[in-house]
Amino acid sequence: MTLLKADFDWKPLALVPALALIALPAVGSGSTWITLTVAGLAMGMIIFIIASGLTLVFGLMDVLNFGHGVFIALGAFVATTVLASMTSYTQADSLWLNLMALLPAMLVAMAVAGALGWVFERLIIRPVYGMHLKQILITMGGMIIGEEMIKVIWGPGQIALPLPESLRGSFIFGDAAVEKYRLLAVLVGAAVFAAMVWTLNRTKVGLLVRAGVQDREMVESLGYRIRQLFIGVFVVGSALAGLGGVMWGLYQQTVLPQMGAQVNVLIFIVIIIGGLGSTTGALIGALLVGLMANYTGFLAPKVALFSNIALMVAILLWRPQGVYPVTNR
Amino acid sequence: MSNLLTLSGVHTHIGAYHILHGVDLVVPANQLTMLLGRNGAGKTTTLRTIMGLWHASQGTVTLDGVDITKQPTPDTVQSGVAYVPESMGIFSDLSVRENMLLAARGARTLDDIDTTRLEWIFGLFPAIKKFWLHPAGKLSGGQKQMLAVSRAIVEPRKLLLIDEPSKGLAPAIIQNMIAAFRELKAAQTTILLVEQNFNFARQLGDSVAVMDDGRVVHSGSMAELAADEAMQSRLLGLSLGSHQ
Repeated sequence: MTLLKADFDWKPLALVPALALIALPAVGSGSTWITLTVAGLAMGMIIFIIASGLTLVFGLMDVLNFGHGVFIALGAFVATTVLASMTSYTQADSLWLNLMALLPAMLVAMAVAGALGWVFERLIIRPVYGMHLKQILITMGGMIIGEEMIKVIWGPGQIALPLPESLRGSFIFGDAAVEKYRLLAVLVGAAVFAAMVWTLNRTKVGLLVRAGVQDREMVESLGYRIRQLFIGVFVVGSALAGLGGVMWGLYQQTVLPQMGAQVNVLIFIVIIIGGLGSTTGALIGALLVGLMANYTGFLAPKVALFSNIALMVAILLWRPQGVYPVTNR
Repeated sequence: MSNLLTLSGVHTHIGAYHILHGVDLVVPANQLTMLLGRNGAGKTTTLRTIMGLWHASQGTVTLDGVDITKQPTPDTVQSGVAYVPESMGIFSDLSVRENMLLAARGARTLDDIDTTRLEWIFGLFPAIKKFWLHPAGKLSGGQKQMLAVSRAIVEPRKLLLIDEPSKGLAPAIIQNMIAAFRELKAAQTTILLVEQNFNFARQLGDSVAVMDDGRVVHSGSMAELAADEAMQSRLLGLSLGSHQ
């Protein structure tokens, strides 16, 4: 076992604290740095929740799903409806009651996004297996239709998604203010990551997903139906995007029908940085992107989006297949 | 001797290419049948067609009297066929143990795998036990081949299809493989083995089929072919020189 541990590639993992440390002298003030770092980690965790499903979808079936963003927006809009119907819980000054409102909002958003994912796979993805160009076109088309349907149901404008009462405001550590909701986002993201790592490493279905990402034909040759596995991963990935949408909507405190398309660019940067098909890679990529966006947003707002693309380019120059390349691809 | 597997007039197309031109092949039960032939003769395509990874456009494949021609690959596996591809199909990022667990379809955890069978496999290939927790991608070529064969036999199967197990292996490892296949034969396993190394084939085969240009051009007993050098040079001349 010691050999296995020694074999783990720590370099990409070290990039996250390295980026944070490099930013410290540039930001100057320690308290601002803590605020930005926690904000970056929270944003990274939310992006990870969204991107984790997408990277497995690509890894398992070589499907480029540019429509992933629609599940984000759908999850966020479903949450606005659920939370609006539970104002007595969200406005109560009790963390317990607030979480009791947030939990069903997340679960319903995941269920609706997962169900739409199932339909999306059947109607849109299935006819275009193995055809990348058609996948890009048709999944983008699917996202446009999804956005328009959201406008039909919830209207074209933006809707406020206020934070429940006890998640507003910040904890003060010395001079540093850390928003309570951001800590919650980090905790939820860490829980999702832990659940994914456990499933992928400790269950047979998880092993099959990892094996399928490497060599799907061999998984079939061992007697398993890769299509069913893929549908399962697609539905779970869509549900996670829905959860990420709720988290993202609460982070921005407002939701827009186009929010999926806005986040799409970031999540593709994340899964490319991580190595297509790698969950741990997606986590590292998401944290790097979240931190980078917050540091540059503070230091040089005009280069904020460019900075993430520059980050991706730098990492691809170092590791052309992403930080944790999946073998056999 | 009954035949476990029968291919009758099998044609296979891959895209625009017509690869198999009416393959007739029988694999007798409880024997090791060697499928020989030069590069590009259609041996691998034959195995893939049996597995359903490519489907026959014409002809039939029957296993134990059941038509499996149009069956999806997972169903063929459930019918009792195990496949070791030429690429070995090892999941490099998974450990040896995890590779074995996936191959045992009926097992949810390692505890569900028949321990006696596992010990038997460890006896055949001690390296599997030694590197049990190691990432499979770190194994040497020979050890990967051992893992590929171990995966195929982790549960009892009716038929093993093995594609060029000696390819790229050092002579000492090949002898190790031969010893393991002899034990598998002794355990009454039916095997269809594609090979280009005639020395390897001669030591193991009970019966033999030789392919050329997408057809089986000779079938008979291995002993007969091994004893007849003229026949060897006529059927395998092109491949013998480079592999003996």
